[in-house]
Amino acid sequence: MIRLEKRPQPSQAWSLATPLVAVLATMIAGGLLFAALGKPPIEAIRTIFWEPLFGEFSFYYRPQLLIKGAPLVLIAIGLSLGFKAGIWNIGAEGQYIMGALTGAGVGLAFYPIEGWYVFPLMILAGAFGGWLWAMIPAILKTRFGTNEILVSLMLVYVAEQLLASMSLGLLKNPEGYGFPGSRNLQQYESAHNAELIANSGLHLGVVAAFIAVIFAYVLLNRHMLGFHIRLTGEAPRAARFAGVNPTRLILFCLGTSGALAGLAGLFEVSGPAGQVSIDFNVGYGFTAIIVAFLGRLHPVGILLAGGLMALTYIGGDIAQSNLGLPSSAIQVFQGMLLFFLLAFDLLTNFRIRLGAPETA
Amino acid sequence: MDLSAINPVLLIASLMVAATPILLAAIGELVVEKAGVLNLGVEGMMIIGAIAGFATAVETGSPLVGFVAAAFAGAALSLLFVVLTQIALANQVASGLALTLFGLGLSALLGQSYVGIRPPEMGQLYLPLLSDLPIVGPILFSHDIILYFGIALTAAVWAMLKFTRVGLILRAVGENHDAAHALGYKVVRIRILAILFGGACAGLGGAYISLIRVPQWTEGMTAGVGWIALALVVFASWKPWRALLGAYLFGGLTVVQLNLQAAGVAIPVEYLAMSPYIITIVVLVILSADKSSAPAALGRIFHASR
Amino acid sequence: MKLTTLLTSAAMALGLATAGVAADKTKVGFVYVGPVGDGGWTYEHDQGRKAVVAEFGDQVETVFVENVAEGPDSERVMTQMALEGADLIFTTSFGYMDPTINVAKKFPNVKFEHATGYKRSDNVSTYSARFYEGRAVQGTIAGHMTKSNVIGYIGSFPIPEVIRGINSAYIHAKKVNPDVEFKIVWAFTWFDPAKEADAAKVLIEQGADVILQHTDSTAPQAAAKAAGDVITFGQASDMSEYAPFPRVSSIIDDWAPYYIARTQAVIDGTWSSKDTWDGIGAGMVGIGEISDAVPADVKAEALALKEKLASGEYHSFTGPLNKQDGTPWLADGETADDGTLAGMTFYVEGLEGDIPQ
Repeated sequence: MIRLEKRPQPSQAWSLATPLVAVLATMIAGGLLFAALGKPPIEAIRTIFWEPLFGEFSFYYRPQLLIKGAPLVLIAIGLSLGFKAGIWNIGAEGQYIMGALTGAGVGLAFYPIEGWYVFPLMILAGAFGGWLWAMIPAILKTRFGTNEILVSLMLVYVAEQLLASMSLGLLKNPEGYGFPGSRNLQQYESAHNAELIANSGLHLGVVAAFIAVIFAYVLLNRHMLGFHIRLTGEAPRAARFAGVNPTRLILFCLGTSGALAGLAGLFEVSGPAGQVSIDFNVGYGFTAIIVAFLGRLHPVGILLAGGLMALTYIGGDIAQSNLGLPSSAIQVFQGMLLFFLLAFDLLTNFRIRLGAPETA
Repeated sequence: MDLSAINPVLLIASLMVAATPILLAAIGELVVEKAGVLNLGVEGMMIIGAIAGFATAVETGSPLVGFVAAAFAGAALSLLFVVLTQIALANQVASGLALTLFGLGLSALLGQSYVGIRPPEMGQLYLPLLSDLPIVGPILFSHDIILYFGIALTAAVWAMLKFTRVGLILRAVGENHDAAHALGYKVVRIRILAILFGGACAGLGGAYISLIRVPQWTEGMTAGVGWIALALVVFASWKPWRALLGAYLFGGLTVVQLNLQAAGVAIPVEYLAMSPYIITIVVLVILSADKSSAPAALGRIFHASR
Repeated sequence: MKLTTLLTSAAMALGLATAGVAADKTKVGFVYVGPVGDGGWTYEHDQGRKAVVAEFGDQVETVFVENVAEGPDSERVMTQMALEGADLIFTTSFGYMDPTINVAKKFPNVKFEHATGYKRSDNVSTYSARFYEGRAVQGTIAGHMTKSNVIGYIGSFPIPEVIRGINSAYIHAKKVNPDVEFKIVWAFTWFDPAKEADAAKVLIEQGADVILQHTDSTAPQAAAKAAGDVITFGQASDMSEYAPFPRVSSIIDDWAPYYIARTQAVIDGTWSSKDTWDGIGAGMVGIGEISDAVPADVKAEALALKEKLASGEYHSFTGPLNKQDGTPWLADGETADDGTLAGMTFYVEGLEGDIPQ
């Protein structure tokens, strides 16, 4: 009889080893899937994991990893703070959209005035937009005890409709021949979140993501507030005795994650994406939830997990183009990776024992 | 503007059809959540049901066999969620999202050779006399059998939760798994069964879209219905009859909106499209005053030995 | 799948993995916004790609990536194709416009073809189809066929492309049937089969007995079939599985001739940047077979119109035409210029209701 026994302390060794084991298991299962589709399995796996990092054109893909990974990491860092404290914001996608809308809105309001102050104002507006959208579930939770999971999720759909409405209406490019979508901010210098060094992929959003990682690390390990967050998540009763103010904690966690998601949206819309359009959001807000868990809610882990997700996206597109793999196979492959990572996570917190259970 | 063009009888009849996939999925998820489990993978299970049902119906020529296959396929996919959350004790939010991602991809892979095919048709109920009645006939007596099944399922789940021992145990597990465990109930086993039931219902809902409501197979055709079903469960405050009402409201909003457009009424479509979600939030706020409605253990991980 | 087949294919793949690709092939890349299994827009572009493969065989190698989000993802996929040696890249969604221009700047030797956009450069062409010509044929058939004189129209988003189609269909339906009335419903989605089904049902319930659609799923066809006495037209693809009734004809996006011609131009070294807006004449807009459900004289009239449109003898937008508010637009015999058509954001006189926003 196999049974699980909770470890007194999460295993440090397994915590480091499980991601590797999971990636290996995914490679095997994914390889079988690719073979079943009649594609060369080893070549496919190599294309997904190796090509973007060390392949012939890695000089181009490595910067792309930063571009693809930055919004994921930025959002996931914010979410992880709340998740650690048992506060579930799953509406980052909506906060991401709102940040992009408010940020781009401010930028477009200044068009065509050039000035150093335009972009800083957009950053503030973007963070504010995301923060404001996250404050709705936060205040409803603190005032009425409403479930924040569901409210934040509902607000994603509201934000999506707002996005469509704005792309077709208020923010529509007046010189765009009636097509939906705003002006391209890449062509408006003061509002453009350009690469800091050409072709490096390094734009302000990437810098912000790295800063967020450091900030979260310091907060969680060196700061009283970080201690309160961890304590609330692990032992809510003890936290109350220790004088943690739950209302303030909820406002802080949801507000921070909203502001970071809003920032991610702003940096995306003013940089890599360039414009507000109906299909502007591509699911970063939801993927970031997965990234947060893959990274075990640890800032450094999230950084690595964000990189891994970005790798499978970029490698997956290369595999589609070079090997003719359908995009759905890549989706299934990513799904497998998540399943294995989540499943093997068990080994960190539990020991598997063989033999009859002791009488309880 | 010509509001007289809107035929209320036909409107009600067609909003019942529009509501059925949402209702089926929501009733399944309602049971899952009553057992204290939050499965965000509804969309993934629905689309797997959509393709499994479609493919089976095309191959066998029988839509009913298709529906059975869809229920099995949905339950099979939810088994992955079971393994992750009940056996490997992984986080439910992340597992549910992974399930949706996986389901969307897998359904597209399976469905590659089914694009552009017309499925066998599902007959509509025809009761002599009854179906011909004015007003009542089109609304009540001339739908497909799955629509009635959805309503019957709602009634069955309501009765099960309210009157039976099974319902009592299910609720106990969802409210306080530790207490339920202490009373000797098999918490994990009950939750597994609930999740499988939820998967089967979501699969049926998906197949309703691909076999009756649309009917065709295209990748990603559920287009977010699974998420609406999740919202609906909350909107219904975990009560089956309210879920039915809510499904008609959610499905009805689209139909009414389109009706108004066709009648030439200038309405802001996007804002109307937002309204179900905003209404849901308002309902949530109202409900939060009543602490008893949401299952207390929703989304929390249970492990027996502590 | 049996384990043995699995192992064999795995072993085969291992052997093949090392085999290189011949260098002198012309490589053509396709970037798709949806899945090739959408049965509509992307499906038809992929049919065009397959036609290129069939035409040139070993001379060309085609690659494609599907489900590519507009924005940075599309830019990366295009760059990747260019890096991997593509000579010609088709980018098949309006939202790829700025990314295409950006990438084209970095790869001056690679030719780009952007569908439905308006920005060009030395190595970026644009191409689009005059679907409104097909709408004229549809409108003619619809005007004759309707008994209730109510024609339902399912629009996606209120953009010039869709508005042109509505106007063209209306003008020609009105021409053969002065009593005709259009009911227009905006679905506000490119793709949501369930919503399209609802839209079609609503229109039918409100008296429409002809449904025209500017969305790509067959959901409206099925709704019409269920209603029994409603006719429809296939959109994007032929949708012949619903022929001969309710689907009586269709507008087919036929990208194959264009894709073959442009690939040939790259092979010959004669490619140059241009703006292509082709219609029935060049074969970019196909009219699916008009089924026997349409009376012979109506069919003959529709085909005659198709011929006149194809030869250029007749333009779909020929005056006298007024805008919806009654202001004159085209004088008698005057035809619309492409600039006005490209940015069309108004209804013609006679259509009721407002374009959203």
